[in-house]
Amino acid sequence: MSVKLTEEMLTALPDARGHFGAFGGRFVSETLMDSLMTLEREYLRLKNDPEFQATFDKDLADYVGRPSPLYFAERLTRETGGAQIWLKREDLNHTGAHKVNNTIGQALLASFLGKKRIIAETGAGQHGVATATVCARLGLECHVFMGADDVQRQSLNVYRMKLLGAQVHAVQSGSRTLKDAMNDAMRDWVTNVDDTFYIIGTVAGPHPYPLLVRDFQSVIGRETRRQSLEKTGKLPDALVACVGGGSNAIGMFYPFLTDESVQLYGVEAGGHGIETGEHAAPLCAGRPGVLHGNRTYLMEDDDGQIASTHSVSAGLDYPGVGPEHSWLKDIGRANYVSVTDDEALEAFRMLTLVEGIMPALESAHAVAYAVKLAATMDKDQMVVINVSGRGDKDIHTVAQLDGIEL
Amino acid sequence: MSRIEGVLQTLKGQGRKALIPFITAGDPHPDETVGLMHTMVDAGVDIIELGVPFSDPMADGPVIQLACERALKHGTSLRRVLAMVSEFRKTNDTTPVVLMGYLNPIEAMGYEAFADAAVAAGVDGVLTVDLPPEEADQVAPLFAERGLDPIFLLAPTTTDERIRAIADHSSGYVYYVSFNGVTGAAKINVDEVAAKVAHIHELTALPVGVGFGIRDAETAAAVGRVSDGVIVGSVLVDTIARNQTDIDALKRALTDLLNPMREALDSLAS
Repeated sequence: MSVKLTEEMLTALPDARGHFGAFGGRFVSETLMDSLMTLEREYLRLKNDPEFQATFDKDLADYVGRPSPLYFAERLTRETGGAQIWLKREDLNHTGAHKVNNTIGQALLASFLGKKRIIAETGAGQHGVATATVCARLGLECHVFMGADDVQRQSLNVYRMKLLGAQVHAVQSGSRTLKDAMNDAMRDWVTNVDDTFYIIGTVAGPHPYPLLVRDFQSVIGRETRRQSLEKTGKLPDALVACVGGGSNAIGMFYPFLTDESVQLYGVEAGGHGIETGEHAAPLCAGRPGVLHGNRTYLMEDDDGQIASTHSVSAGLDYPGVGPEHSWLKDIGRANYVSVTDDEALEAFRMLTLVEGIMPALESAHAVAYAVKLAATMDKDQMVVINVSGRGDKDIHTVAQLDGIEL
Repeated sequence: MSRIEGVLQTLKGQGRKALIPFITAGDPHPDETVGLMHTMVDAGVDIIELGVPFSDPMADGPVIQLACERALKHGTSLRRVLAMVSEFRKTNDTTPVVLMGYLNPIEAMGYEAFADAAVAAGVDGVLTVDLPPEEADQVAPLFAERGLDPIFLLAPTTTDERIRAIADHSSGYVYYVSFNGVTGAAKINVDEVAAKVAHIHELTALPVGVGFGIRDAETAAAVGRVSDGVIVGSVLVDTIARNQTDIDALKRALTDLLNPMREALDSLAS
């Protein structure tokens, strides 16, 4: 089923309690409720405050380097032999990924709320780096929680965060990946709620986080829409973005939701293959449940225990997904698909060799699917891939898979 | 009148305070939980909070996180916890049992199926840590129809407006979390707790249980002086962790912890 979305429908979501249809909400322990309600109130006020918006826009331009280019990947298009492939170059942002769009916005919010201590969770380390970066710039104390396994596989980003003055806490509990980092960040927040602002890196978490992260990331889609019209005179036929928590995807999709002609593809981590159970694709193979403050599609067992996930890409290695994606799936507006570790690695190599652009392994999932998709489309059609981050951080992982010691 | 209300009213009539232990079901092993519940009743507890293990216990410190891991390793599902309560009820139909845990296992089972099974098993109350009243509109009527007491948390950060609203959604008792933090942290400030609980008593007629940070007879008495009951969790769970291979020693250790708390609370009655 597919529903024609209108501007009126979109502005009504999330509703006053943070729900996107059956998803979202605010499922947290009582200690955090007052902070979340204050954050929601202040954000809704600042959202329409010209001074706040002007500061945000100025930082995106002068500090992040926006707008990021929309680049025609001519050689990749030729090799694929189908639709034109364009790349939205979020990898060219300061700190190397889309994550900084959101940390700039949330750090601004923290400043307006007078909070001096910042915490964040991170998977691949991109959100941790982006948070440590804005904290360095604003002189804020920064604590980043990262699963112990991710600390190991993303050691470069760990060192970057330390250089930026952040304290990195390796989380030893559970599966020692992103979900456990988020658990420990929540535990820190509940303990230090009076003076601490939690900068969540994705569109998951309790209301109002999915709303405000989506708003801050929507600059990606707004630029893409404008650039596409300027460069080609039309809107793209398809948008492709990887989905872990889903912040780069929602940022790309949101400004196009009412454009019926634009097909949306969110690409989840298929890991070793959906059929093996070793993946991180809750929208493709999970069911609705409640985790980390919101109701959304989850990977869980029959008893409601959260399943362990697998992906070669630390940033997609998460059993949940932003609630707005769950809603977009259920109303049929966006398509959610998956590619395996091997396909993503192949796409990583291909984009590097063919275009001289090394994508993050997360973004390589989008590249892998987009190439397959473009091959089935007409030559006068247009696909935009959100290259959400650059791949420097993944060189150790790729080398290790090649059996090379760096 | 629910079993919880009955017990708390009787205690109030006697001028006594409720001693409410928390243990994680299935820790150290599902076969031992019912025995541990009876041991605690013998040591004089009034209500038992039974933790339903969850893979991602975000509001809990390391002690209860590890208890969840031990319990889950032995397959302690929500259904199995309900079976433990049924077993306990075969020989005890007076001590109220409150299930305490996170929402997702209940969601996975289905609200109505859970509510039916909980009542059939002899559960008296349900405390879902990550379910504030705002999100409880589907489950609340199912509990109310079946006489299950929904128990909600109050925290130091809870505003007066919310205290009233939460009390309106609660029955049995309300659970005041004594400090901002996770379970097992040792940062309780008895003066602050006393002031807040006195204030809560002005806003609601419901009994107030206080948990988080109560580790011995001294803190139990200090908190019991200002509340209607004390909830003791991590210190018991830690005792289970340290005695998990010797169940007889474990039962003695739990009794040795709970007896002085009971005495200290009862000494307040005079």
